[in-house]
Amino acid sequence: MTKSILLVGVGGQGTILASKLLTIGLMAAGYDVKMSEIHGMSQRGGSVSSQIRYGEKVESPVIEAGGADILVAFEKMEAMRWIDYLKLDGKVIVNDYEINSMPILSGKIDYPKGIIDELSSKAQTIVINAAGHAEQLGNSKVMNIILLGAIIKTMGLEHIDWEKIARENIKASLVDINLEAIKKGQVLF
Amino acid sequence: MKKLLTGNEAIARGAYEAGVVFASAYPGTPSTEILQNLADYKGDILAEWAPNEKVALEAVIGASIAGARSLAAMKHVGVNVAADPLFTFAYTGVNGGMVLISADEPGQHSSQNEQDNRNYAKFAKIPMLEPADSQEAKSMVKTALEISEAYNTPALIRMTTRVCHSKSIVECNDREEIVIKAYVKNIEKYMAVPDFSRKMRVKIEERTKALMEFSNRTELNYIQWNNRKIGVISSGACYYFAREVFGDTASYLKLGFTNPLPLNKIKEFCEGVEKVYVLEENDPYIEDQVRILGFDCDGNNFFPPYGEKTPDVIRKALYGKTNATIEYDKNKVVPRPPTLCAGCPHRGFFYELGKRKNIMISGDIGCYSLAFAEPYNAMDLNMCMGASISIGHGVQQVFNMKDDPMRVVSVLGDSTFFHTGINSLLEVAYNKSNTVNVILDNRITGMTGHQENPGTGYTLQGSKTVEIDIAGLVKACGIKHIVTINPNDLKAVKKALDWALALEEASVIITRWPCLLKKFSEQDNEEFSHAFQSKCVVDKEKCIGCSACIRTGCPALFLDKNEKKVSIREEQCVGCGVCLQVCPVKAIGKVEA
Repeated sequence: MTKSILLVGVGGQGTILASKLLTIGLMAAGYDVKMSEIHGMSQRGGSVSSQIRYGEKVESPVIEAGGADILVAFEKMEAMRWIDYLKLDGKVIVNDYEINSMPILSGKIDYPKGIIDELSSKAQTIVINAAGHAEQLGNSKVMNIILLGAIIKTMGLEHIDWEKIARENIKASLVDINLEAIKKGQVLF
Repeated sequence: MKKLLTGNEAIARGAYEAGVVFASAYPGTPSTEILQNLADYKGDILAEWAPNEKVALEAVIGASIAGARSLAAMKHVGVNVAADPLFTFAYTGVNGGMVLISADEPGQHSSQNEQDNRNYAKFAKIPMLEPADSQEAKSMVKTALEISEAYNTPALIRMTTRVCHSKSIVECNDREEIVIKAYVKNIEKYMAVPDFSRKMRVKIEERTKALMEFSNRTELNYIQWNNRKIGVISSGACYYFAREVFGDTASYLKLGFTNPLPLNKIKEFCEGVEKVYVLEENDPYIEDQVRILGFDCDGNNFFPPYGEKTPDVIRKALYGKTNATIEYDKNKVVPRPPTLCAGCPHRGFFYELGKRKNIMISGDIGCYSLAFAEPYNAMDLNMCMGASISIGHGVQQVFNMKDDPMRVVSVLGDSTFFHTGINSLLEVAYNKSNTVNVILDNRITGMTGHQENPGTGYTLQGSKTVEIDIAGLVKACGIKHIVTINPNDLKAVKKALDWALALEEASVIITRWPCLLKKFSEQDNEEFSHAFQSKCVVDKEKCIGCSACIRTGCPALFLDKNEKKVSIREEQCVGCGVCLQVCPVKAIGKVEA
């Protein structure tokens, strides 16, 4: 059975590294893996998404509406933007983190209130303060890897040798903190 | 060895393994990463950025004539630029194998149109392959080069965004060393003068016939018989989209070699199933042929004729709805449109330009296309690479005929100017219009993710090279009035615009300041040593909450509506100082970063 993981966020949040490690791990574990990203203009700050599908044999690299097993949102409002890609019984992992978009920054619209409540009323929702935990670990940039840890737990992928994958794909000086982040993401809920 | 590769990485890998020694391209989404990955095979492959796609293809044609296996890559609209040499190279044929990669954009994720470049293969009468995933992308490069050499023709590989930018598992092999063939002068082959080309034209018919036989026998086109009630004919990413929806409940004719189409196989397949669906992006390229063969089918009459044919799109056409989705409160989502980055050198220029009255702004392709939007509203049109200056010229000539006082300001980036803007500027000077032409020189090819260009002083593979002097080039084009300014200095921008609009002849304003995301070269470090070294901060005591700074459109600024004060996000601000200059109460200052 093919599983679908949809990672969404804002450009610069590290969704690409998180999904890269995830796909390498899935491949090492013997799954067929496909991943799709849309990237165009190189500006900072737009909506970004990575779609990962794995299983015995994967057909489409694209997750369809109502097709994701989990939706992992690196930013709260992005979870709402993509929720119609989630299966009715899918799970949401949401980073309790806000990044204002241009209409909000310019004072035209307020950042929507009650997103976590709305998400929780629609789907099983796991809320993580990844930014806070990343700062506690000593590097706010590992927020993405804490979320990767949460994905590993939610999808039952603990049997994969993530330490080996981290060592082979992350700069040596940053491996330890990233390993801590992967572990942290698995014990938060 | 198995690797997880994007389609673009797989194309590069395929070229490496197949013994390609020369490659050229102009960057363009979704094709850019092909050459970037080829550049990593330095020593084995000479990979170059050309000023535009026509030049890239011509350089690659030269490499082929000289006997080397070679590759050109471009986005779909780039092939329009390169079409001229393509159509005649299709006549002369190759020496070393040559493949052109066309990266099409169904759904227009980052493009101005969604033309289907499969039509080019038919139009130019050259063989075409359509990979559906990364493994096929890799192996089809080798196949395309072999076909190119065996049938004496350039070959086209048609990719689409989903194939270019999706990852799947690829079996990687070693490089095959291909000896560069000898070059032998042969005017009857390479001189496309009428006497010789008429003979070449006849040979093309023989070649097409032979390729048709190949198309019918090659395993690139294959049938999977399952349930025969439904038969799906598809190519490219659509094959996997169709499999996602139909699984093994349908039979498939999967087409990997699509010019010329395998008419016998199509006939055999259509005769063997009850109902035929044709799934392809975008034009009814295969569908038309199925109908010509006399078979009824559902294709673009039934599925949307535009955009991607992803599984949900197919499902909606078939069953009237997608999979069940969660209904949600749409008020909880605010748009997140792309914006010019904090510190973008285009901001200061467009902030000032947007204030002008009685001007028409002719735009071009680049990050600065975003100037059309709020808060700048500073662009009337864009069309294609390099067109701003020439379209602006035509507009101005007609305004002038009518004694309309409207003035045209044409704007384009440094890389876009090198691409095809130079010819347009010659047009302006030669035919004497009085447009204001602005070259937004941010010292790099920005929007596609920072590629070197003739103005940056470096090549794709990192060697130092001549840096084209834009002002000198502009002067050589016949423009007499030229000024270079720092676009972050709003007074300088205003002064330059006043000066240019007062002239009765054409002028060029060059704005010179680096993209904040650019990795600085040694020379950048010298020239822009003070760039990005400070941050702007708001003195909350002085801020009156007037939003003047917010109207510069900088995403580092945030207006707190309750407090009626603006704050600047430190992690975003690079100290360009545009906000500081527009504050009426001088509430914004600079601190060292």
